[in-house]
Amino acid sequence: MSDTHAQTVAYVRNEMLAPSDPPLREAGAVKWLRENLFSGALNTILTLASLLVIWYALAAIGPWLLNSVWSAGSLAECRAILDGTSGACFSVITDRWHQLLFGFYPPQHYWRPVLALALLFAALAPVLFPALPRKLMIFTAVYPFIGYHLLWGGSVWFPVSVALGFVAGYLAYVLLARVSTLIAVFGAILAPVFWWAFAAGAFDQTMSSILPLGLEFVRSDRFGGFLISLIIGISGISLSLPIGILLALGRQSDMVFLKSVCVVVIEFIRGVPLITLLFTASLLLNYFLPPGTTFDLILRVIIMVTLFASAYMAEVIRGGLAALPKGQYEAADALGLNYWKAQRLIIMPQALKISIPGIVNTFIGLFKDTTLVVFIGLLDPIGLSNAIRADTNWNGIYWELFIFIAALFFIFCFGMSRYSMYLERRLKTDHK
Amino acid sequence: MSSTTDPRMAETAPKKRAFHPSMLLYDQRYRSITIQIFALFLLMLGAAWLIDNVINNLRLLGRSFSFNFLWQSAGYDINQRPIEYNSQMTHGRAALVGFLNTIILAIMGCALATVLGVLAGVLRLSKNWIVSRLVTVYVEIFRNIPTLIWILIFGAVMAESMPAPSAFRGDDPSASMIFDAIAITNRGVYVPAILFTTELGVLPLGPISPSLNWVLILAVLVAGVFANKYIIAHATRVQNATGLRPKTWWKSLLVLFGPVVVIFLALGAHLEYPELRGFNFAGGTHLRNSLLAMWLGLGIYTGAFIAEIVRGGILAISKGQTEAAFALGLQPGKTMRLVILPQALRVIIPPLISQYLNLTKNTSLGLAVGYMDLRSTLGGITINQTGRELEGMLLLMAVYLAISLTISGLMNVYNARVKLKER
Repeated sequence: MSDTHAQTVAYVRNEMLAPSDPPLREAGAVKWLRENLFSGALNTILTLASLLVIWYALAAIGPWLLNSVWSAGSLAECRAILDGTSGACFSVITDRWHQLLFGFYPPQHYWRPVLALALLFAALAPVLFPALPRKLMIFTAVYPFIGYHLLWGGSVWFPVSVALGFVAGYLAYVLLARVSTLIAVFGAILAPVFWWAFAAGAFDQTMSSILPLGLEFVRSDRFGGFLISLIIGISGISLSLPIGILLALGRQSDMVFLKSVCVVVIEFIRGVPLITLLFTASLLLNYFLPPGTTFDLILRVIIMVTLFASAYMAEVIRGGLAALPKGQYEAADALGLNYWKAQRLIIMPQALKISIPGIVNTFIGLFKDTTLVVFIGLLDPIGLSNAIRADTNWNGIYWELFIFIAALFFIFCFGMSRYSMYLERRLKTDHK
Repeated sequence: MSSTTDPRMAETAPKKRAFHPSMLLYDQRYRSITIQIFALFLLMLGAAWLIDNVINNLRLLGRSFSFNFLWQSAGYDINQRPIEYNSQMTHGRAALVGFLNTIILAIMGCALATVLGVLAGVLRLSKNWIVSRLVTVYVEIFRNIPTLIWILIFGAVMAESMPAPSAFRGDDPSASMIFDAIAITNRGVYVPAILFTTELGVLPLGPISPSLNWVLILAVLVAGVFANKYIIAHATRVQNATGLRPKTWWKSLLVLFGPVVVIFLALGAHLEYPELRGFNFAGGTHLRNSLLAMWLGLGIYTGAFIAEIVRGGILAISKGQTEAAFALGLQPGKTMRLVILPQALRVIIPPLISQYLNLTKNTSLGLAVGYMDLRSTLGGITINQTGRELEGMLLLMAVYLAISLTISGLMNVYNARVKLKER
């Protein structure tokens, strides 16, 4: 206020009035309720309908859940405890806890899958959290062989001989790279193939006879429960991303032959249900292998699930590649980067970032699809739930088992989707 | 430019070198040929190895590769028969019944998933706090739990929690039919069936011979849709010429439903209600538990994915579009119908179709609850009985592949039609 003005009028208020409280209906909980739940006729109806739905669901499930029995040896015993009242018999979970987790894995060896899982987290940590030192990646690279040995056991020289194949490939690449990169790549493909085909078996046998080291062998049909879902899911997830990237690059390639092979593979795999591929793995693989060869059913399933997920992954990544502006490719060319360097340093980091939601959705789909192995006789949690129900003690129990299995799958899948959101936020570089 | 060539230019111009074998390794123009020949070589080697193994294995087993089993008597029953079938008929016929069951389930599932998905997707964007939370719970729960578990759960709900047919009997029954027309029992759901007093016979179409009555009704319905399209196009022409849009809703209703109702009356359509006879319901249409479990499991599961697609599609349209529509004075409903949806559909349709594809492929889980789809007939019992795994699986894969490629082909046609017409 200017002084002159204050002198010309009789009264000027010098201090601000304290703001009065807003009307009751415009503040606090009442306002929130009015705006969010009862803002119109339609909204009110929707709110009431939702409340009704929630009420019915709680009334139906709530008492049943709250009144659950956690320690009983059989369904009959459990019903005797409940004495006619409605209640859940979660004692089936406590009774068959180990079976649901490990299947028929020998109990004295339970420490092996547990240790394998613990080491898995150690191996995954540097991949998931970039703050950790990069040197830890070496352990990540070695982990598959350690994990295999812990889970299946047998001679330690078998995973070593397989791993040496990759070493052979690397050596061939390094040696031949001086001649020509292309020959080096061919060598890196052929060397491990030759090693596995001709030398690996002999190496395994000689070393086993010289130095018999190893854990007790556990046959694949002893595996079951969530152990099997996790083995198939995690191997599929970690293998399908690189194969998917290669397929996507192949589909984008200028080389007509490679491109058409990739297109046929991707479209074929995406066009048939996973279950037909699993049946191929369990029924038909013997037709395609030399007479007399057998190989592990879980391994076959992993291969099929991986192929299946890779085709979907390839399409997701192709979407990401297509979304990149052409200028990025041209800029990489202008910097004089060769194809692989351009892919590794410029294209892939951006394309993968764009396709994170799709990639994680494919992972989640793959993990959920591991339940289909029940159709080829593997005892995953669903297969075990059937087996448990076949037991006279637990004949007729449905909901408790379904709830338990569904809850475990939910935790894994929901966790993955939340991690993908975190990753998206972390990698976000634009300022939208 | 002078006609004399600048000596410096001759220096810098790339030299045309003759082809040299080392170029296959070092020159980018020829290197791709080397790579492709190498890949072709590996592929042919692999294929030759596989085919050789197959031939050897078949010879060792003393087996031939033939599809003759399709013409042998099947010898097993199928509980859900859209076309005439009995166990004396051939494996080929059984496979056809299975195929039709797959298609029926796929269409029913897609319809349920679309309705639920669109509803849930729109409601999740609702400003109503409780509704959007409730729908979020639905979407997250169904998306993060395998569809096989949902199918088994719905199968168990139908078989374990529903009243037995005997509960409908007596003076004071513990269960009752809905509107005296629909009976939900633990043996399946019984709904009224539409019967005709006049049967026009069947359309002779080889193995599938549909009833002429239904063919006629379908034809009239399709004709009605086309006539309605014409009416709307006409209304738009009038609107463009005069600025006034003639009222079309009653014409549309008349053209769409009038002829169908007339045909229904002319053929003497009436409902046959299910009723309790003996230990079970008779009459009406019996929807088996296996069908219902698959339908609810697949439909509600896929609906959650479609909800996310719809939500994403609507969110993808920038807020400016809504504001511009409001600025033009359009009502919220019209804004949605005329401005948002046409643009959102372009984003929604491709992933939506791929969800339909997933649902169709997931119908192959029917075995879990005993639904007799293509996988259970051709890929299950037929293979077990004839021992023709190789031929059966190849045929099965070929059929699924054909379905998938057809649907994705249709999607490509649609995409081309709705694509933004850019300069």
